[in-house]
Amino acid sequence: MDELLRNLLIVLAVMIVVVPIGLLAVGTAYGEWDIGVSSTWAAPIPDYALPSLGGSFLNQSLAYWLSAIIGVVLSGGLLILIGRAITSRN
Amino acid sequence: MIPIWLYAGDWLRKNLKDRQVPYLALAAAFSFVIMMFNVPIPGGSTGHAVGSALIAIILGPWVAVVTVSVALLLQALLFGDGGITALGANCFNMAFVMPFVAFYVYSFISGKTEITSKRRILAAGVAGYLALTAGAFATGVELGLQPMLHAVDGAALFPYGLSITLPAMLIQSLLFFSFVEAIVTALAFAYLARSDPTIIFNYTRRREQMKDPIPSAPV
Repeated sequence: MDELLRNLLIVLAVMIVVVPIGLLAVGTAYGEWDIGVSSTWAAPIPDYALPSLGGSFLNQSLAYWLSAIIGVVLSGGLLILIGRAITSRN
Repeated sequence: MIPIWLYAGDWLRKNLKDRQVPYLALAAAFSFVIMMFNVPIPGGSTGHAVGSALIAIILGPWVAVVTVSVALLLQALLFGDGGITALGANCFNMAFVMPFVAFYVYSFISGKTEITSKRRILAAGVAGYLALTAGAFATGVELGLQPMLHAVDGAALFPYGLSITLPAMLIQSLLFFSFVEAIVTALAFAYLARSDPTIIFNYTRRREQMKDPIPSAPV
């Protein structure tokens, strides 16, 4: 594999490993508060948390890691599919 | 936002190269993960970098529109982050305002300097700083207009007007989150420009022939 691509993948992997750092911030982004309006869509992993796992930092981290991996695989996978579909026609 | 997505799709159809596809995927994944790094600030609020300034500089603003939109779409669908109803506004702020501000600021400051010049690293940093600030400004305007637009039984769902939302969004960005976006953009740009400048948007067309005295043979 291309050396740059390999290095960027390593950086991405390290970012996923340390992503629970993002959990240390307490609070919600400005304007993203829960205003109690029933949502039109039920997200499968709301707020990157799996309440069934329990609330310890380790359990929250497991859910956060899982979320990061799902997000990375799906966003990367979707762009590969879209990109391939576009370039194969050219 | 829909016409912007349509135009971005059309731009990709015309300009996307085979070898850029893995970088497209990396860009979306990178943007998704970096938005998970919530940064706490005094006052109990949080925020995060977006990565769309970097993507706009490296792969072009229209690529940033598509990749950051996909990351935001997955956030909303899978994790209820941002939410479906705010997806259009979020994409406008982070996948349209940010990449274009970043790209034009970066281009303006860079001028015709070498791709590995210090001035370009500075340009990338300033672009990241101003892009996130512009995105926050747009968000502040949209939030501040809500009390005038949406209300249930006379009570606004979102109670604060522009005089509160604009300073709130701008101050927390100018003091905190814009610096995060600036540092990420400058460091990653410096690394990419040294590793493989040929992947950088608009690079090959302008520079390669000047450096290579032998014109490349037609294939």
